[in-house]
Amino acid sequence: MSPTTTDIILLTLASGGILLALTIIGEILHARRGDEDSPVLETYMTRVQSWWGIIIIVGLALLSGKVGVMIVCAFASFAALREFLTLTNKARADHISLALAFFVILPLQYVFIGLEWEAIYTIFIPVYAFLLLPIVSAIRGNSDRFLIRVAETQWGLMIAVFCVSHVAALVTIDFPNYGDRSLLLIAFLVIVVQLGDLLDFFFGRRIGRTKIAPTLSPKTVEGLICGVGSAIIIGGLLHWITPFGVYGAMVMAGVSSLVGMGGNLVFAAIKRDRGVKDWSHLIPGQGGFVEQLDSVIFAAPIFYHLTMFFWVI
Amino acid sequence: MKYLRALAARIVGQAIRIFCRAITAVRADWRGIEPVPRQRVYYSNHTSNADMPMIWSVLPPALRREVRPVAAADYWLKNKVRAFVGPEVFNCVLIDRRPEVDDKPLDTIIKALDDGSSLIIFPEGNRNMGDDPLLPFKAGLYNMGLARPEVDLVPTWVANLNEIMPKGEIIPLPLICTVTFGEPVHVQEGESKDDFLARAADALVALRPEDDG
Repeated sequence: MSPTTTDIILLTLASGGILLALTIIGEILHARRGDEDSPVLETYMTRVQSWWGIIIIVGLALLSGKVGVMIVCAFASFAALREFLTLTNKARADHISLALAFFVILPLQYVFIGLEWEAIYTIFIPVYAFLLLPIVSAIRGNSDRFLIRVAETQWGLMIAVFCVSHVAALVTIDFPNYGDRSLLLIAFLVIVVQLGDLLDFFFGRRIGRTKIAPTLSPKTVEGLICGVGSAIIIGGLLHWITPFGVYGAMVMAGVSSLVGMGGNLVFAAIKRDRGVKDWSHLIPGQGGFVEQLDSVIFAAPIFYHLTMFFWVI
Repeated sequence: MKYLRALAARIVGQAIRIFCRAITAVRADWRGIEPVPRQRVYYSNHTSNADMPMIWSVLPPALRREVRPVAAADYWLKNKVRAFVGPEVFNCVLIDRRPEVDDKPLDTIIKALDDGSSLIIFPEGNRNMGDDPLLPFKAGLYNMGLARPEVDLVPTWVANLNEIMPKGEIIPLPLICTVTFGEPVHVQEGESKDDFLARAADALVALRPEDDG
């Protein structure tokens, strides 16, 4: 067994251990309450169950290597794009450009990443899709809300395909003397960002006083500081799976977590604008894929580019 | 051969259901009514040929076995594939829309109800291509409610399908589709046809999500 595989198994087991503890706590609380119904506990338990699913899928994807990561990320992109474009403005005239977004641009982006054509996959959506899809929509000649329609479609592609695909793109980074260990960067990114979120939520509930954007989200300054702080500590503890060194890992974890929390706020604003509570109902207890991924979506491209900028080039 | 056809119909039915779920993640929202096996007429808005398969796909198996969509014979008997899918997979109650044929559609529908089936109907009669949420209802829903007052008439709103598969397009867009079932309506004593149809249409439009359209 290669050291990378051992590390992935170790990380999956450790995450499983944390979840096991959370599951046991939930079961104990449940048993104590007896027959009394508690919506908070119910929500907590469904969330923990969804987390089991997520950890198993991510763990298996990482173990199966590059192909598994591509498939899981492509599927996540598809689910996220579907949730996003369900809520955007569109007209009959956009039918073909939207079909192209789902069935051509999304798969091509992952093909380019699979082929490791870095010069293409980093600009394919921001340049080619950005310019070509509005042309396809314009040909059908409906100018009603045209700019809104094409802008929202492009935003959906950037978020759901471009950003999500940068998680998969981490696999293709080739560090000197690092071998196939770039797979572990995905584990690093997902763990620091998601645990940072979780602890932000926990501390925000406990000691949160000052709301950051009271009209949008219950997120507090105190929660955010504790969340990012925890992410920095966790990043430092996990530095051995990265090529960043202890301090580098701490900075990368802190930046990713902070950007991710900004992503939470942005998505909360979009949901508020569209008058929906959840992006969809596909993940029990958590809403949709976009909900689950929002912070990772925002953090991934920045994590990717900072890694390239400071450690590869 | 008969069993083989029945088996094929079941397999095709499952395939359609899985396809609907995979593409549109179609979801049922039971609002004001429970998914229990009672005799019902699900009446729905109609914007796309995929409306009926969507409703059919979200019904739990026990309800799906008992439900029969009411559909146009000229559409479903056009070729061999449709003649298999319509009557055998969906178990449609076929209505002849040709003006020169003088059979009474209501009799066929009432007979299906008397056999114990639930029904799916589209009271607008045709697919709605305009900007209004609903076209005026045809009298059929009222006549059914009058003839069999014990049957629940359940408003069923299918959201987003005009964007997923507009008339004339070939490729369906994978957007999320929600089917919302509302509180049942019944024809009240002494209620006129127009009053009832207006009330039934209002009950249906009330289920429409805000972001739809």
